[in-house]
Amino acid sequence: MSAPGGERAAGRGLRLSLVARVCAGVLAVLYLGAAGADFLAPYPYDALDADHPFHPPTPIHLRDAAGRLRGPFVYATDTGRLSGGRLEYRPRPAGRCPVRLLVRGEPYRWLGCVPSRLHLFGAEPPGRVYLLGTDQFGRDQFSRLVFGARVSLSVGLVGVLISFLLGMLVGGAAGYFGGWVDTLAMRSTEVIMSVPALYLILALRAVFPITLPSPQVYLLTVVILACVYWASLARVVRGMVLSLRTREYVLAARAVGAGPLRILARHVLPNTFSFLVVAATVSVPGYILGEVALSYLGVGIQEPYASWGNMLRQAQNVSYLQSYPWVLAPGVAIFVAVMAFNFLGDGLRDALDPRRVAEARR
Amino acid sequence: MRTVILKRLLHLVPLLLGVSLLTFLVMHAAPGDYLDTMRADPAVSPEAIEAMRTRFGLDQPLPLQYLSYLKNVFLRLDFGYSFAYHRPVFEVLAQGLLNTFVLALAGSCVAWGLSIPLGILSAVRHNTWVDRACSFVAFVGLSVPEVFLALLLLLFAARTGWFPIGGMRSLDSDSLGWGRRALDLLHHLVLPALAVGLAPMASRMRQMRANLLDVLHAEYVTTARAKGLPESAVVLRHAVRNALNPLITLFGYSLGFLLTGSFLVEVVMGWPGLGRLTLTALLQRDLYVVMGSVLLTSGVLVLGNLAADLLLVLADPRIRAESA
Repeated sequence: MSAPGGERAAGRGLRLSLVARVCAGVLAVLYLGAAGADFLAPYPYDALDADHPFHPPTPIHLRDAAGRLRGPFVYATDTGRLSGGRLEYRPRPAGRCPVRLLVRGEPYRWLGCVPSRLHLFGAEPPGRVYLLGTDQFGRDQFSRLVFGARVSLSVGLVGVLISFLLGMLVGGAAGYFGGWVDTLAMRSTEVIMSVPALYLILALRAVFPITLPSPQVYLLTVVILACVYWASLARVVRGMVLSLRTREYVLAARAVGAGPLRILARHVLPNTFSFLVVAATVSVPGYILGEVALSYLGVGIQEPYASWGNMLRQAQNVSYLQSYPWVLAPGVAIFVAVMAFNFLGDGLRDALDPRRVAEARR
Repeated sequence: MRTVILKRLLHLVPLLLGVSLLTFLVMHAAPGDYLDTMRADPAVSPEAIEAMRTRFGLDQPLPLQYLSYLKNVFLRLDFGYSFAYHRPVFEVLAQGLLNTFVLALAGSCVAWGLSIPLGILSAVRHNTWVDRACSFVAFVGLSVPEVFLALLLLLFAARTGWFPIGGMRSLDSDSLGWGRRALDLLHHLVLPALAVGLAPMASRMRQMRANLLDVLHAEYVTTARAKGLPESAVVLRHAVRNALNPLITLFGYSLGFLLTGSFLVEVVMGWPGLGRLTLTALLQRDLYVVMGSVLLTSGVLVLGNLAADLLLVLADPRIRAESA
């Protein structure tokens, strides 16, 4: 009999593969970036630049036209000119604007309270640095991406938290008490799982008005996603509890007179923990993709707020997509985040308990 | 054998009841009923609304309403009335369901057609560069969101001009003979099918590889080798057969992913399927259409699971023996 994953991991320390560690690093960067969006983004998410719609990503130069080393700078550009059906921007030869670290820019409030004007980087006016180009309103895509990460990435964590509470409650009760509680709980999870996820999400979304203030839409999105995804977690928890209930150490605890609550809290649930960490990690992408889908379909986060899903909406126009491929940048961000979670989940799974987790995975 | 099938069929009853109850409750949680919208429409006479009220029993208490809803849905395939299209919901959804079915079918052809050979290949060539390349493809395929993939494929179509940009048929397809029309449809189908099929392909491939790796160490495989069978016969005739069984159960489950995936692909690539209809209906607050499509798709999913169960019974003699 192998020892439960939690004990093993605690005894030997977590040994993650290199790939998993790299992915954990990538995710840490993404989440830190999202948390410090005000500081990291050179411009506010809703700052319009009417002269520069669909501006391509700004190249950052080190040498000027004469070949002299100047330190990083960008060229300021004139208003766009239509040529061959797409907007083109020409750099002003004299418009050299240095790019500096830690510059003063648009004011904001750190964590909503400490006022500051400091940004990680920025170009001296009139130059503007658009790392990922601009969208159809001339808003900086990089800034929007960073602010959108707040929405898109946090949905994953908050959603997982909610559905874990639900899943542990229902699954734990079903596994421990059995009988009609179990039957009822498992039938409900089956019902939820027999509706294709996105259809169920949209059906639940249909209960509420289409246009709502964005904070409410955010909450609604999280709650809806949690309501849809808790079912599979509840089944997983139930299975764990069922198999742990008959383990020798649980029987031993019962033999020395421990009550059901003590057994659940001290013996059963701690041993499901490592498994739950893995399950949580691999289920985060579902929430991220759920938010992306809702916002992409236009019933999630609304303009002018940014989320990765609603940023991708402009790519729906094929001529934009063809002429200005940088509108796909949020897609790359989603891909990176989802892949990092997948690899990390896989690595955690291997590190914690290769055998048992592999059995339960689908 | 018969008892297994009967058991599975009986299992469907609480599921379908549950799903219909869910959609019914969701519909009632939404503010107003669809008659409100019709009342605002001067083209609809008050008598027609009154007739509709009694027909759907909207003047009755909730449990009775649910019963009549059940009766309408399951006995008459009557999912209500679409006030945006002024037609019964089922008529509105039927064509979309057919189109989605075509797309999902093509997607699963991509998924299964590629995943099994690639899975076998990477298990047989375990830990070589072939295996690693396949695993990499699988990981990318699992992580790339359908929306993004569909947009990339659209970009590809727009840049190369090799494939039509979205849609299901060319404008002039009605004037073509049926053979050319089928080709036209296939031409439109390639990219959406790829977009829908890639993610399930990746997960099936990983599954196939893992199963086959497990099976390749089994004693009967060693026996087959010891008999002097060529390696290809050992793998294809002895190992693969057993490695396939767990995949059959996944067949039904993967339908859910296919339907969800094709929802997004339909919207991005302009495929006139159920997903697009549902989205339009949601935006127009055509609730009965939304709920109708939820019911229809979960019906498809439940039937798919049933089919998978039955296939497994056919494929695996152990299950037949268990229930006999």
